[in-house]
Amino acid sequence: MGVGIQVEKLNAWYGKTQALHDINLNVQANHATALIGPSGCGKSTFIRCLNRMHETSPEARVEGKVKIGEYDAYEGTSATKLRRRIGMVFQKPNPFPTMSIYENVAAGLKLNGYRDKKHLDDVVEKSLVSSALWDEVKDSIHKKSGASLSGGQQQRLCIARALAVEPEVLLMDEPCSALDPISTGKIEELIFELKAQYTIVIVTHNMQQAARVAEYTGFFLLGRMIEYDKTEKIFTNPSDKRTEDYITGRFG
Amino acid sequence: MATTFAVSTVVIVLTPLVAIFGYLVYKGVGSVNWAFLTQTPKPPGELGGGMANAIAGSVLILSIGSLLGVPLGIGAGIYLAEFGRNRFGDLVRFVSDVLNGVPSIVIGIVAYALVVLRQKHFSALAGGVALAIMMVPTITRTTEEMLLLVPNVLREAAYGLGVPRWRTTLSITLRTATSGIITGVMLAFARVAGETAPLLFTAFGNQFWNWRLDQPTAALPLQIFTYAISPYDDWHRQAWAGALVLIILIVSAVAAVRIVVRRGTLGGVA
Repeated sequence: MGVGIQVEKLNAWYGKTQALHDINLNVQANHATALIGPSGCGKSTFIRCLNRMHETSPEARVEGKVKIGEYDAYEGTSATKLRRRIGMVFQKPNPFPTMSIYENVAAGLKLNGYRDKKHLDDVVEKSLVSSALWDEVKDSIHKKSGASLSGGQQQRLCIARALAVEPEVLLMDEPCSALDPISTGKIEELIFELKAQYTIVIVTHNMQQAARVAEYTGFFLLGRMIEYDKTEKIFTNPSDKRTEDYITGRFG
Repeated sequence: MATTFAVSTVVIVLTPLVAIFGYLVYKGVGSVNWAFLTQTPKPPGELGGGMANAIAGSVLILSIGSLLGVPLGIGAGIYLAEFGRNRFGDLVRFVSDVLNGVPSIVIGIVAYALVVLRQKHFSALAGGVALAIMMVPTITRTTEEMLLLVPNVLREAAYGLGVPRWRTTLSITLRTATSGIITGVMLAFARVAGETAPLLFTAFGNQFWNWRLDQPTAALPLQIFTYAISPYDDWHRQAWAGALVLIILIVSAVAAVRIVVRRGTLGGVA
């Protein structure tokens, strides 16, 4: 089951440049939350702070509090332990090119030391079914490399890979920006189904996409969160002038 | 037009290679026979004999060189690519490039001072150390470059799954770069396999069989050198045969490694 996320006074820097200013946010468990805003507004940086991916960038720094369910993300745990509880899907599909489809999905478990073959087989099948890829690849999971699939299939493979470690939260950083409309449609359908089991935070440039998949939407501008509310409210009756300007296409 | 140019440059590049190999075959193939491959050298003036001990010696010395040089080179390359964005990394890069340009005879002297003087013996080990020192810089820099070519999104994908950094380096980054790294290793191997100068006063050469690491050991390049400058026609013929055998050995070693690696990656089991 998914868990909620509480963020309090989150600040983040790249070297001397401050990328996030005092972000406060409560993400609802088992819902999809979309983050929108113009390029460079900090929405990607924000989700990279949730699974401590931000700190892998050179000279990156974070301050503030992030709670994933009951657990503090920054205190009393290591980044690797935290990341096992949070799945992440990236902008460009990035399957491991030297691995077969099976190995790609099993990678998270195998590289963390699981060896039980029967269990791995089950997890791989279950994850590929959840990511709606199983029917297309079930005959070739050992023969084909992950890189030989089409872009949309690769992205669903990456989702399966993230699901295989049984996370509570799924972070998606513009997961459809490199995909065609049909693949995008499939991923959006998938997000709908996955909400039942996971808490989803999705960064997107596409406002229609936010409106289609998410119950809640946050609008970012220049490293600050301007407004956060039910998606319907954000898109029909935003409280802030800047949100309205953005969604009506007056800038960004 | 461009195609003609490209094709003609390929021809120009390939001509010397084919010419050398053809001339080697022409001069050498007549003297490569069972005796040459199985017997040790006869005393000067006697006809016949072979270079079996030198072939074995070359295999021994190259194995020692690879066992020492390949892990060191790959390790240093990993350091430079994954952790070496700093002053010390730049220093290592600089030293490695300089080492690449040091004449091989000088590296022979270093191995002489490090190993031979201490053991008080010329030895296969000393020869192996000399070759290892020559292999390291090439392997280090190609490993570094191949690892840097691995897209950062793959590292992030692994971090995102909660895989620790060291495990990511070994199982994702290194594995993705394997074929490029193998190319670097093979380049280094092929280069040192034909080296004579660094073996002159390390492995030294030997007219008899030797399997001990601490005794003077024959090597094909050394034997070719000795025979080529000798006054005997039979030895000249054998030197040509030795050169042919040496080239065939190098080519088959490189080909064998390539085939093994290709099998491993295609099956996706490695």
